[in-house]
Amino acid sequence: MKRYSAFAVAREALRNHKGWGRAWAAPEPKRHYDVIIVGAGGHGLATAYYLGRNFGITNVAVLEKGWLGGGNTGRNTTIIRSNYLQDPSAAIYEKARSLYETLSQDLNYNVMYSPRGVMMLAQTQAEVRGYRRTAHANALQGVQTEWISPARVKELVPIINIDGPRYPVLGALWQARGGTARHDAVAWGYARACSAMGMHIIQQCEVTGIRRENGRVAGVDTTRGAIACDKLGLVVAGHSGVLAEMAGFRLPIESVALQALVSEPIKPCMDVVVMANTVHGYMSQSDKGEMVIGGGADGFNNYTQRGSFHHVEETVRALVETFPMISRLKMLRQWGGIVDMTGDRSPILSKTPLEGCFINCGWGTGGFKSIPGSGWGMAELMATGESALTRAFGLERFREGRFIDESVAAGVAH
Amino acid sequence: MSTRIAAHGRLIDRAKSVGFTFNGKPMRGYAGDTLASALLAGDQMVMGRSYKYHRPRGAVASGAEEPNALMGLGEGAKFEPNQRATTTELFEGLTARSQNHWPGLEFDVGAVNGRLSRFLPAGFYYKMFIHPRAFWKHVYEPVIRQAAGLGRVPGGRDADTYEHFHCFTDVLVIGGGVAGLQAARSAAASGASVLVLEQSAHWGGRAPVDGGTVDGAGADDFVRETVAELEAMPNVTLRNRCMGAGVYDHGYALGYERLTDHAPRAGGPRHRLWRIRARRIVTATGAIERPLAFAGNDVPGVMLASAMRDYLVNWAVAPGRRVIVATNNDDAYRTAITLKTSGIDVLRILDARSSGGGALMQEARALGIRIDCGRAIGRVSGGKRVRSVAVCAQEGTGGALEEVECDAVAMSGGWSPVVHLWSHCGGKLIWDEARAHFRPDPERPPRGADGEGFVIPAGAANGELALNGILGDADEAGKTAARGAGFKPARSKAPRGETVEEAPLQPVWLMPRHADAHLRAKAWLDYQNDVKVSDVRLAAQEGYHSVEHTKRYTTLGMATDQGKLSNINGLATLADAIGSEIPQVGTTTFRPPYTPISMGAIAGEARGAIFQPVRRTPMHGWHEANGADWEPVGQWRRPYTYLRDGESQHDAVMREVRNTRQAVGLLDASTLGKLLVKGPDAGRFLDMLYTNMMSTLKPGKCRYGLMCSENGFLIDDGVVARIDEHTFLCHTTTGGAERIHAHMEEWLQTEWWDWQVHVANLTEQFAQVAVVGPDARKLLERLGGMDLSAGAMAFMEWRDGRIAEFDARVYRISFSGELSFEVAVPASQGLAFWEALMDAGREFGVMPYGTEALHVMRAEKGFIMIGDETDGTVIPQDLGLGWAISKKKEDYLGKRAQARPHMTDPTRWKLVGLETVDGAVLPDGAYALAEGVNANGQRNVQGRVTSTYMSPTLGRGIAMGLVLNGPDRMGEVLEFPGTDGKTYQARIVDQVFYDKDGEKQNV
Repeated sequence: MKRYSAFAVAREALRNHKGWGRAWAAPEPKRHYDVIIVGAGGHGLATAYYLGRNFGITNVAVLEKGWLGGGNTGRNTTIIRSNYLQDPSAAIYEKARSLYETLSQDLNYNVMYSPRGVMMLAQTQAEVRGYRRTAHANALQGVQTEWISPARVKELVPIINIDGPRYPVLGALWQARGGTARHDAVAWGYARACSAMGMHIIQQCEVTGIRRENGRVAGVDTTRGAIACDKLGLVVAGHSGVLAEMAGFRLPIESVALQALVSEPIKPCMDVVVMANTVHGYMSQSDKGEMVIGGGADGFNNYTQRGSFHHVEETVRALVETFPMISRLKMLRQWGGIVDMTGDRSPILSKTPLEGCFINCGWGTGGFKSIPGSGWGMAELMATGESALTRAFGLERFREGRFIDESVAAGVAH
Repeated sequence: MSTRIAAHGRLIDRAKSVGFTFNGKPMRGYAGDTLASALLAGDQMVMGRSYKYHRPRGAVASGAEEPNALMGLGEGAKFEPNQRATTTELFEGLTARSQNHWPGLEFDVGAVNGRLSRFLPAGFYYKMFIHPRAFWKHVYEPVIRQAAGLGRVPGGRDADTYEHFHCFTDVLVIGGGVAGLQAARSAAASGASVLVLEQSAHWGGRAPVDGGTVDGAGADDFVRETVAELEAMPNVTLRNRCMGAGVYDHGYALGYERLTDHAPRAGGPRHRLWRIRARRIVTATGAIERPLAFAGNDVPGVMLASAMRDYLVNWAVAPGRRVIVATNNDDAYRTAITLKTSGIDVLRILDARSSGGGALMQEARALGIRIDCGRAIGRVSGGKRVRSVAVCAQEGTGGALEEVECDAVAMSGGWSPVVHLWSHCGGKLIWDEARAHFRPDPERPPRGADGEGFVIPAGAANGELALNGILGDADEAGKTAARGAGFKPARSKAPRGETVEEAPLQPVWLMPRHADAHLRAKAWLDYQNDVKVSDVRLAAQEGYHSVEHTKRYTTLGMATDQGKLSNINGLATLADAIGSEIPQVGTTTFRPPYTPISMGAIAGEARGAIFQPVRRTPMHGWHEANGADWEPVGQWRRPYTYLRDGESQHDAVMREVRNTRQAVGLLDASTLGKLLVKGPDAGRFLDMLYTNMMSTLKPGKCRYGLMCSENGFLIDDGVVARIDEHTFLCHTTTGGAERIHAHMEEWLQTEWWDWQVHVANLTEQFAQVAVVGPDARKLLERLGGMDLSAGAMAFMEWRDGRIAEFDARVYRISFSGELSFEVAVPASQGLAFWEALMDAGREFGVMPYGTEALHVMRAEKGFIMIGDETDGTVIPQDLGLGWAISKKKEDYLGKRAQARPHMTDPTRWKLVGLETVDGAVLPDGAYALAEGVNANGQRNVQGRVTSTYMSPTLGRGIAMGLVLNGPDRMGEVLEFPGTDGKTYQARIVDQVFYDKDGEKQNV
């Protein structure tokens, strides 16, 4: 693999860039791999990468029914933060965030991790209490966050309206090292690094069945033939239920469309990420200049990867109120991604009833920010059968009632 | 030289001169001009700078597909960036500024990027700026951000207003060209209601420019007559300046009407968003011409052939005096003919096809135009305007055969149907080999609930490019739509369009076909984002083979035009580079909106104070007039406290608590949810919803109840009063009213649909006042009326009666530990009742109190608060509320969940009181430290603060918290680190700080 650098680009420029090879190879599937990962999104590719890097397991195939990075990895609003309340969440999201810090260097692929700061606005007393509690928890979890005043909010985000007549800003939870990254690049960077370790990334290869022998996994049937494996990781987000059915178990997952939109690009006007949960919207500005906006999920289950207009309206309304100047920007594009939601809105990283088969899903709206941490923990779980990062996220928690619920900010008052 | 000519100008009124400014320079145009046509008429070729290389750019198109001519329009609070000059109607006083350059449009420092372009190929930023790590945030990213972006940032609050329309129609026709008009006519003839949307200010689309006759008359006449006919029909609504923006599931569509963009002094809303439900949608959205990919195809003066024709015919503007036309199809000959007959020199028609065209070629030749077949443009030279063209053989590598000096180039690479609206909701496409374009696949339309396709493409949008075909197709589409909407189409024949025999198009994806690397690096695909043929080929070389990968790696089609000009050329280039076929490569996804729509229009009227409705209790105005410091609670606002002159928030709360504990206080409790549950099965139903047994409650009695989710977690609490055998009134938390109502309905409608129970939300029907304190009874007795003595009405009972002249329902319940009556009166009597209480209470020293005093008092008494002591992970058993869980019931929501191992784990955190050792107030949400760290390196904790207040009654900080084995550890001191750097020490105590035996509330 040719190393990427400014020097390499300059050298190639002098020969019309003829020397660049493929970022990842396109091999024919072998008949057997030690590990097969189904799903070449961020989580699947990161799992493969850390299997190789941390455990030396490189006889790995990552199978993808479409194009790699084409699911939620390529459809999200690219926010990275770890200011979660519950210990297991804070642990895995902070692991992810800290890996993002050096991901460009680790992968030799610029994923443009931009620790520009993430701000979560408190606009009700319930949110104030919720975020103060989170700040306390984060301090003990090793996650650097702080509670900031409305004046500091305004200083960090001059375009914000903190004195709105309806929901004035009462303060915010601020994570200075949260931020954004270039989502596609995360998938591409992992794919390139996996390929460089000799792993096979096989696109346009849909899994149609899961083979079992003596109560353990033996391989998969695909649109490109049967492939045997010793261990199988299912990392397919919205379609996890379909794969689980093939493996013979059920998941507590619902799939709904989560929506996002971007404005036309403008010159830099907002340097941080702002999330406003009371009014339901969040916004950041991409390096390209577009305002990247996320909102709510549709209230009905579906797989369409497009959303209704009503949620867009609700989100934009909230953001026009919070950032009045965007009223004179235009919506360029809206889209939807299918998020897989569990009962407690926390992910599943787990062994399954099928021996040798592991699953990583249920990230809901938190998938992108967790990719490196999820891959790290999942690789450890698959390689060793145990991981402190994933322990709390096992499937058995639903049977035991050991929920990891992050919805404290949804409190109500008398 | 770009100038106004004497001929043509069907859309301008030469009698009305209009003044405007461009980059501060005063200019003039005519009424009817677009900003682009007026600029061109004033020889202003350069209209902006491109995104990446800051290359000077002029208008390449004449409509919504324009990628280059983007402007900042207006000033101050009416400034808006990124507006297309080609769709901006000129008005007196318009101010326009070009974008993305510094210091100016003519000389832009950023243009150095263009010189360095070979060092900045597709995706260069993925390979660079990796080291040193800190440089990305602090150096590279800020520089890149500043160079990127396009328009200037708008300032402040928008001075304009916006509105929404809701509309139902049988048939929605999107597009007011001849296809849309004919489809509307044939659909409307069936009696169906028809709404026609046209994005521009003019009906008729391209037909009047392209020429040709309809039933023997000119296209302009046909358009005028058809519009008049439609306008006269009561079942037809016509709207121009209104774009069909998006198509969604179930026939939902968006229209984006620009009401005053062309007449800003007219007043009224600026944009109107139409939210439309249509049974059938006809997309008569036309087609867009494709550019040709040759070196220098972005030099100002290189233009789509159709656009040049538009500027000539519609606005009498000639973008050049000596023009070269390059084409691979017959349509561009129309431009050559129009140019020539307008007195413009057409130096060459370079037809890439070796055998040239059909009848139009003969016509052009007859006019004396030189036509070179099998020829192509090797390279256009020029900086800010076209200087010359190097002519070469199309099948060669670009070796120049001759250099021709000229000042404009018209190009045509064929036409692509506008399939966006067809595709938004899942309509699929097929590749039409002969016409080299994607068009709607009739077998795979977007389908509605009835399984039928609900979008019907018509005319050019359906791949019919010739006038007669367009009219026939549109006529049929209108009839199909009417039939689909349940109407019987009239028997009628489509009008006949003039037919012109045309020779087939020859696909040309690169000009010349074997252009070398240097030419490919100057052949633009996506103008705005500066994506060239070489970039797409590099993406392919590096394995980004999926069309989505190529798009995202190169940014092809991601500009504000969303690839309207670039997509097909780009994916053809990709197909060629990876040795695949275009249909196999496929397209990227078409997403709404068709062209960008303003956020203001999406938000509509809901701004400022009416962003969300404010719910007001009957006493709201009184609170406002008496110092209420508001707190939003859901959509309600409740007084947090009532501030007196010079008083701090904290002091006010302390005063209110003291007064209520010592005399009497009033709380407006009207916001509490009040759900009436009625029917023979009401008791059985509430037994399932609450953990308590409600069916045994006697009429006249109240019971405090807990509600859990299926997962066992406590979700709401409140007092239930049994009104009669079949009727219960359930109080919920303020924030819970709608949620719990929905929760009840969900269970009734999906699980227990055969139970005879109805639920009605009466929250707003009653005003409710809590009269609280030792003098509460005295105060109510002073008003006179029903007997409220302890003998007549015990604690946890309710009675109907009259207090003074008010109809009252009195609940003897307490959330403060004091003697307390909650009195509900009809909402209409609420304010009068409140005022009567304030009047009568003067002698007792009555004061209103707000939500914070309520919180303090309930905490002093050790009562839990949903949202404080609960957070979605807490079960009643954690809160010492086991007494409220019926042991006799077979089932209730959450019962099974509460039997799960983790729920019955003896080491769960349980509710206790917390008392700081030094009397200080514990920080809200602080955690109690335990020894060591966990496997993830996080500090171990053993509890947390759930509520914490300064208690004026006890004169010290009090708190409640959930602590590991808490109730068994009374007296132990825990450490709570604050985020202020201090560590607080607090003792575990009983959670009831005040009146442990309940003597006060029972008097």
